[in-house]
Amino acid sequence: MALLSIEGLSVAYGKVEAVRGVSLAIEPGQIVTVIGPNGAGKTTMLNAAIGLLPWRGRMSFEGADLARLDVEERIERGFCLVPEKRELFGDLSVADNLLLGGYARRRDTAGLKQSLADVYDRFPRLDERRGQKASTLSGGERQMLALGRALMAKPRLLLLDEPSLGLAPLIVREVFRIIASLRELGVSILLVEQNARAALETADFGYVLETGEIVHSGPAADLMHDPKVTASYLGGH
Amino acid sequence: MDAEIATILAMDGIASGAIYLLIGLGLVLIFAVTRVIFVPFGDIAAFTGLSLAALENGHRPGTVGLVAVLAVLATLKETALLVRTRELHRLPHTLLFYLVLPLAPAAAIWFTTGSVLPMPLRIVLALALVLPIAPLLDCLVFRPIADASVLLLLTVAVALHFALDGLGLLFFGPEGVRTQPLTETVLDIGGFIVNAQTLLIVAASIVFSGLLYLFFEFTLLGKALRATAINRTGARLVGIRPTSTASKAYLLGSLLAGISGVLIAPATTMFYDSGFLIGLKAFVGAIFGAMASYPVTALGAILVGLLESFASFWSSAYKEVVVFGLLIPILLWRSLSLGEVEEEEAEE
Ligand SMILES: Nc1ncnc2c1ncn2[C@@H]1O[C@H](COP(=O)(O)OP(=O)(O)O)[C@@H](O)[C@H]1O
Ligand SMILES: [Mg+2]
Repeated sequence: MALLSIEGLSVAYGKVEAVRGVSLAIEPGQIVTVIGPNGAGKTTMLNAAIGLLPWRGRMSFEGADLARLDVEERIERGFCLVPEKRELFGDLSVADNLLLGGYARRRDTAGLKQSLADVYDRFPRLDERRGQKASTLSGGERQMLALGRALMAKPRLLLLDEPSLGLAPLIVREVFRIIASLRELGVSILLVEQNARAALETADFGYVLETGEIVHSGPAADLMHDPKVTASYLGGH
Repeated sequence: MDAEIATILAMDGIASGAIYLLIGLGLVLIFAVTRVIFVPFGDIAAFTGLSLAALENGHRPGTVGLVAVLAVLATLKETALLVRTRELHRLPHTLLFYLVLPLAPAAAIWFTTGSVLPMPLRIVLALALVLPIAPLLDCLVFRPIADASVLLLLTVAVALHFALDGLGLLFFGPEGVRTQPLTETVLDIGGFIVNAQTLLIVAASIVFSGLLYLFFEFTLLGKALRATAINRTGARLVGIRPTSTASKAYLLGSLLAGISGVLIAPATTMFYDSGFLIGLKAFVGAIFGAMASYPVTALGAILVGLLESFASFWSSAYKEVVVFGLLIPILLWRSLSLGEVEEEEAEE
C-alpha cells in the first residue's frame, strides 16, 4: 500500500483551478520529487494535501481517507509539511519552536527528549542558537529550524516545499545532504522544487508539474536524461 | 485639593485600574489568539459579582439558567456537526466538554441552594459558574465565523454584549447588589489610612498578572497560545488546534474577568448591565497597548483608573465624559498605530 496516494486531485482558488487532476503516489522509504516552474501549482498541491485548502479528488495516507482528517490529525499521524514560507514562531526562541514542533506528541516526554537531542545533533547551529528568537536567524538557519521543528513531530512522511528557496549555494547543498540523510530515519519525503537538478539527484522518482497538470513522470534518473525535461528544467545539458 | 485627598484619589484610581487591568489582559489574550475584541468580558465580570451576591443571600444565581441555556445550545450545535460529519463516536467527548463540565458548577449550586456557604467557597463557586460562559459563546458565535475580518468580529462581539445584557436582565433582574467586603481591616501606613481591601485588589492584580506571565513563559500550553497568536498556520502545522486554544484562552480570560468581578463587587453596586462600562474602560487600557502588549495594557488600565478617580472628584456626574473625552485623542493616536500593525501583517 502506498504511504500517500493522490488520485485526480483538483484545487481551485475561487473559480480558478490551480491544480487539475493530479495523481501521484509515494511508497514507504521513497523520496519523490515534484518539479515545475514558478506558479505551476506545487505549493497549492502541498497545502491541499496537508489540509490547509479545500480540494476535490481522492487522497489517502496509510490507507486513511484524508477527506476525513483535519490538519492536526494528519500531524498526529506523522504526516507533516515544511511550508514554503516556513511559518516559524518568530517571537519565540529556537528551543521553544522545537518544543512546539512536538506538540502533537506532547504526552511522549521521553520520546520528545530523544527527538530534541537528535535534532540538535543533526543541526549543531540550532543548538548554538537555542535561546535566540527565531526571527533573528539567517535564511539557512530558518530552514534548518523549520526542518527541525517538523522532525520533532516524528514524521513518517514529510512534505518539503522548496527547501532551497532563497538560500546560498553552499547551504543549498547542505540542505539536500540533510534531506538525503532523513531517509535513514525512515522518513519518506515528497520534495517540491524549482531547483530541478538537485531535486532529481536526491529523489527516487519524479513528476513534472506544469500549469496545474502533471506532464511527465518517471524514475528520477530517467527524467534527468529525458530530453523534454532537460530542455526546460536542466538548462539543456 | 491637598496632598491627602490626592493620595486617597490616587489609591482609589489604582484600585479601579487594577480591576480594569485584569480584564484588559484577557482582552489582549483573546485578540491575539482569535482576533476577536471580546467586549463581553465586562459582562462576565458583572455576572460574577451578581452570582456572588446571590450566593451570599442563599439564592440561586441567575447564571445557572444562563449557563444551562448556552450549554444546551452548544451541545445541540456540536452534536449536529458530528452527525453531519458522521463522527458520532466523538459524542461522549462532546457531551463531556459542552454539557457535563459547564453544568457541573451549576449543579453543585442547585443542590446547595438555601444554605449559605463560607466566603472562599462562594467565591470559587461564583468563578466556576461564569467560566463556561465565554467558551460556550465562542463555540456558538465566533467559531462559525473564525475567518471573518476583525471588523466583523468586533461588530458581532458588540452585538453579543447587548444580547448578554438582555439575558442578564432576564436571569438576574433589574436590582443592584453589592457583595460583602472581602476584608474590613483598615491599615495605618505612615499616617495614611488605607483600606485593606484596596491593597487586596492591587495585590490580586499583581499576583494574577505574574501568574499569567509564568504561564506564558514556562508552560507548553502557554507557549502554544503564544504560538497561535504569532503564526496561526505555523501553529496548525505542529498540531495545535485553533478551536481548542481559543477555548482555553476564553477560559483564562474569563477567570481574569471573574476575579475582577469578585474584587469590584464589594466596592461598587453591580447591575445586570454594569459590565459595559467596566469592559469599555478595560478596552481603553488594552488600546494603549495596541491590543498586543500586556505590560503597556497594564499601564494603560491603571492610567484609566487614575483619570476616572480624579475626574470624579472634580465632577462626579461627568466622570465618564471626562474619562472618555480625554481619551479620544489617545485612542486616535493609538488606533492609527494599531492600523499600521495590521497592514504589516496583511502584507506577509
Ligand atoms: N491564495 C491564492 N489565491 C489565488 N490564486 C493563487 C493563490 N495562491 C496561488 N495562486 C495561484 O495559483 C497558481 C499556483 O500557485 P502556487 O501553487 O503558489 O505555484 P508554485 O508553488 O508552483 O509556484 C498560480 O497561478 C498562483 O497565481
Ligand atoms: Mg510554491
